[in-house]
Amino acid sequence: MQSSINDFAIKLANVNGSGSASASSLIMQAIFRMGVPVSGKNLFPSNIQGLPTWYEIRVNKNGYTARALNYDLMVAMNSQTYARDVKETRPGGYLFYDSSWPLDASLLRDDVNCIGIPLARMCNETFREPRERVLMKNIATAGALIELLNIDKAIVEELVSEKYGRKKGLRESNQKALQLGGDYVREHFKCPLPFHLETMNENSDKILIDGNTASALGCVYAGATVAAWYPITPSTSTMDAFKMFCEKYRKDKESGVNNYCILQAEDELAAIGMVIGASWNGARSFTSTSGPGISLMNELLGLAYYAEIPAVIIDVQRVGPSTGMPTRTQQGDLITCAYASHGDTKHILLFPSSPAECFEFAAKSFDLSEQFQTPVFMLSDLDIGMNDWVTPKLDWDDSYRPNRGKVLTAEQLEAMPKFNRYLPENGTAVAARTLPGVSSKGAFFTRGSGHNKFGGYTEVPDEYQEVMDRLLRKHKEAAGFVPAPIIERRAGARVGVITLGGCEPAAKEALDILAAEGTPLDFMRIRAFPFDEPVEAFIMEHDYCWVVEQNRDAQLRSLLLIETAATKEQLRPVLIYGGFPLSASHLLDVIAPVLRKESEELNAVHS
Amino acid sequence: MPSIVKPAIAHPSLARNEIGLTVRDYEGAMSTLCAGCGHDSITAAIVRALFELSLPPHQIAKLSGIGCSSKTPTYFVNGAHGFNSAHGRMPPIATGASAANRALTYIGISGDGDSLSIGMGHLCHAMRRNLKMLYVIENNGVYGLTKGQFSASSDVGSKSKKGEANTMSPIDPVLLGLSIGATFVARAFSGDKEQLVPILKAALSHRGFALVDVISPCVTFNDHVGSTKSYKSTRERLMAATESDFVPHASEILADIAPVGVTNVMMHDGSVLRFTRLPKDYDVTDREKAFAYLKAHPNEVVTGVLFTDESVIDMHEANHTPDVPLVSLPYEVLCPGSAQLAELMEEFR
Repeated sequence: MQSSINDFAIKLANVNGSGSASASSLIMQAIFRMGVPVSGKNLFPSNIQGLPTWYEIRVNKNGYTARALNYDLMVAMNSQTYARDVKETRPGGYLFYDSSWPLDASLLRDDVNCIGIPLARMCNETFREPRERVLMKNIATAGALIELLNIDKAIVEELVSEKYGRKKGLRESNQKALQLGGDYVREHFKCPLPFHLETMNENSDKILIDGNTASALGCVYAGATVAAWYPITPSTSTMDAFKMFCEKYRKDKESGVNNYCILQAEDELAAIGMVIGASWNGARSFTSTSGPGISLMNELLGLAYYAEIPAVIIDVQRVGPSTGMPTRTQQGDLITCAYASHGDTKHILLFPSSPAECFEFAAKSFDLSEQFQTPVFMLSDLDIGMNDWVTPKLDWDDSYRPNRGKVLTAEQLEAMPKFNRYLPENGTAVAARTLPGVSSKGAFFTRGSGHNKFGGYTEVPDEYQEVMDRLLRKHKEAAGFVPAPIIERRAGARVGVITLGGCEPAAKEALDILAAEGTPLDFMRIRAFPFDEPVEAFIMEHDYCWVVEQNRDAQLRSLLLIETAATKEQLRPVLIYGGFPLSASHLLDVIAPVLRKESEELNAVHS
Repeated sequence: MPSIVKPAIAHPSLARNEIGLTVRDYEGAMSTLCAGCGHDSITAAIVRALFELSLPPHQIAKLSGIGCSSKTPTYFVNGAHGFNSAHGRMPPIATGASAANRALTYIGISGDGDSLSIGMGHLCHAMRRNLKMLYVIENNGVYGLTKGQFSASSDVGSKSKKGEANTMSPIDPVLLGLSIGATFVARAFSGDKEQLVPILKAALSHRGFALVDVISPCVTFNDHVGSTKSYKSTRERLMAATESDFVPHASEILADIAPVGVTNVMMHDGSVLRFTRLPKDYDVTDREKAFAYLKAHPNEVVTGVLFTDESVIDMHEANHTPDVPLVSLPYEVLCPGSAQLAELMEEFR
């Protein structure tokens, strides 16, 4: 077999709650520090202990980070899932299993090499406490993998010291377990395997970070002071991170005074209500949630839209409908967020594709929300939010100052004959607002009931429509301020691929493969709603476009059909929505046969 | 009737408060509620209480949900920002507003539909947080705007206008508040302004969440024979358990009358709630006693400040927020800057 350096995929199958995550992330982090492009996907259950969990690591010297689905090495440590795990190993690949017990019949495959290590037996002999035996089995596995994959042992040593620096006992146990696994494979198998790692220098300006952490950091840097939330997977770690960063940067160490307020609400109805209340008073405020939370927030989102109050909502999407699959990823909240709440509503949505964009867009959300006095949704997802991504180091422009939008000061109010809340100057789309506590002259009654441009109650059709029409103008105007689509063109392309968010790595890899096969396609990643002109133009300049997204109902495609002049024939859906992150093969399976057929038809016409 | 506009000029002989404002400066738009509605009497009491406390109008925030009661913030303090939010959702809006700007005086006006049905969870959690605000429930036992359905505070056996009797047990906001740890609980009757005004003033001086349940008869849908929330039925069963004066500065009272037991309760802001009447063995700082007293008088409408505890920290104290409003902090204080970020990035290697 041909040796393959820095280009392989491994999958670790484990039992949830057995401590496998620390071993998986140790390997992932070590590969990252070796300067090799790497991605890790934690495919975990909605469960604390007992159900199957997997961790996939893809190493690719060319920087392709989407899932591989073609595993060179399967680390089968979970008897519940042996059969399907073995099936997923590529022909000629390797199967790593615990040989403390006789080989399970379901593990046998003629075209796969077996690596059996008596992990449980060795750990039982070496460690005394039952819990330690279980945990150290994972670390011993890591020790074996380090030898098999040629992971830099100095780096591993460094990571173990960093992690357990002050905890001598734990550090020694970990080192012992790593050695157990390593020694055994070195003595019994040819190390390293034909596919393995060699040091590169691709990560010196990069970090390993998950999107939720990056979003939280964006909120800190944007100057958010009030955060309200209700715990929900997979968004919870956003608020955990926000709290951690606030304690680091916003807490006066001597007095213990917090320059922030985090409110754990009684439910998501309350969480968004708190955000709206805080924003009404002029604070930068946000909530983080997931689909079920968005469902509950619908009522007050309409209030914020109609009364024109800023609000930032970070939606870390998971699989719906209903409770759905809380620990699986999807892009299923596009439509519900775009038009959230009853009546005519339209919101601003941002679609980050990576933790770096989570950071950037989270901060941007506050500017847009205050500039347009309206809710802004940042639609992340579980894959971006909870997996560690290799991302360029985040940086911040110190010249940045928040765009607070039009807010009148006491002096400005004093100079005005009269303040009218919903009457913008010179036909612009956004009217100046006033904050409570500033001046009695700016006082008015904020209401979700029918109101005219002066802010007064109305049930008069013309007066109502005048305000509603301006809200529509306001939404359209926002298109010029949201992040523009990323467009990449290839010479000779007549067909385009449109996608969003975390589909990007898989889509770009698929397009590279197609281009190498002589079928160049153009690429557009939409980064926000409302759509700016280049989005429609891209569709119009192609014979047709594939719209790649992670939901059943082609929600991005639907939005494009509603909000641009594109026709159904111009937009062909590619839908992958089972709950796991995308692989290039998911796209190729759908697109490649069609392109092949079209090209054959074209050739037939010409011949 | 919105077409009726109040005269803009106040009569020169009107009394002025400590900040030079007249009672007219605390009024709002004309009420559009039914003539004789208890809610309008409560509005008048709020106007009086705010005037007497000399609160600057622009430092007041008025919030409400949806319903007849929730319309009333337009009828007082024109110079204050108001927020007529969504049905039952006023407590979270007030919570967020307070988190952002603790310097304002928050007045929430709610009804029994708002607070005891659709938004009861929010009310409970606002009490748990001890959010510093005056929370008035204008309690009439009926849904007025939708024309006469029973509310969750309707008594068993109380009859609707159509003659139907309520069978489900009522939710009593006072017992609810006492049971889940509310730190200021009072009940009043909209028809007794003399008692209500000092209660409101004490509530506005409370350290945290002040729940004031005001029985406020609905003249259109719940003022008939057979209703237990009619003017007649309420008046017949009224029982002022406690009566109190509000003394804005402790020095004034300490000078003439020495504090006697719990009859003088020192509020967190230095004012004093002076009880001129308390039942024998009643202690307004004893939650269990208040509870027992109410249980012992199930058929009376027991009124007065029934319980207060000034020792419990409010939401801001619990969250260690600064003394100044969070909204007043400049961006430069809030953003850690690029150098800190560069340093932080090394932790993600």
